[in-house]
Amino acid sequence: MTKADLIESVYLTTGFSKKESAAIVEMVFDLMKETLENGEKIKIAGFGNFVVKEKASRRGRNPQTGSEIEISARKILTFKPSQVLKAAINEEI
Amino acid sequence: MTKSELIERLTDDHELLNKKDAEMVINLIFGGIGDALSQGDRVEIRGFGSFSVRERDAREARNPKSGELVKIASRKTPFFKTGKELRERVDE
Repeated sequence: MTKADLIESVYLTTGFSKKESAAIVEMVFDLMKETLENGEKIKIAGFGNFVVKEKASRRGRNPQTGSEIEISARKILTFKPSQVLKAAINEEI
Repeated sequence: MTKSELIERLTDDHELLNKKDAEMVINLIFGGIGDALSQGDRVEIRGFGSFSVRERDAREARNPKSGELVKIASRKTPFFKTGKELRERVDE
């Protein structure tokens, strides 16, 4: 499934034109990206939470050469699925 | 930001969308992704990330309270991999 399938389902359900449906779906992901970029988390009830986490710098190894390297501190995005989504995937509901 | 705040932002930013439509769109998007995952399908949103289902092996664990050994069956879990664009934007 891709964004095109989501646009199609918005088009078929809402009565917006294909072009409008595409713009709306695009807008949803743009808004989410902006929010996460600002370090703010997103909580979608029944689906899950997107949270930006700060990782401290640490020592790692280049797996190819074995040489030790410093991995710098960074921010990463994590997704924690809701119980509802987990249950749906395991067909418990 | 919660789901209802996301819906509110959408109606603020888009003159054609009322609250009911915005709510429908959000439910279609996350419901659609959930349904696809339930069917074992992978969902790829370019620039945002991809959702897939991963299998977790059965394992034995201990109930931390009683110390009792319990068997945990294999199960599926949703997995999100952040897309390149978003990964870079989050870490700037």
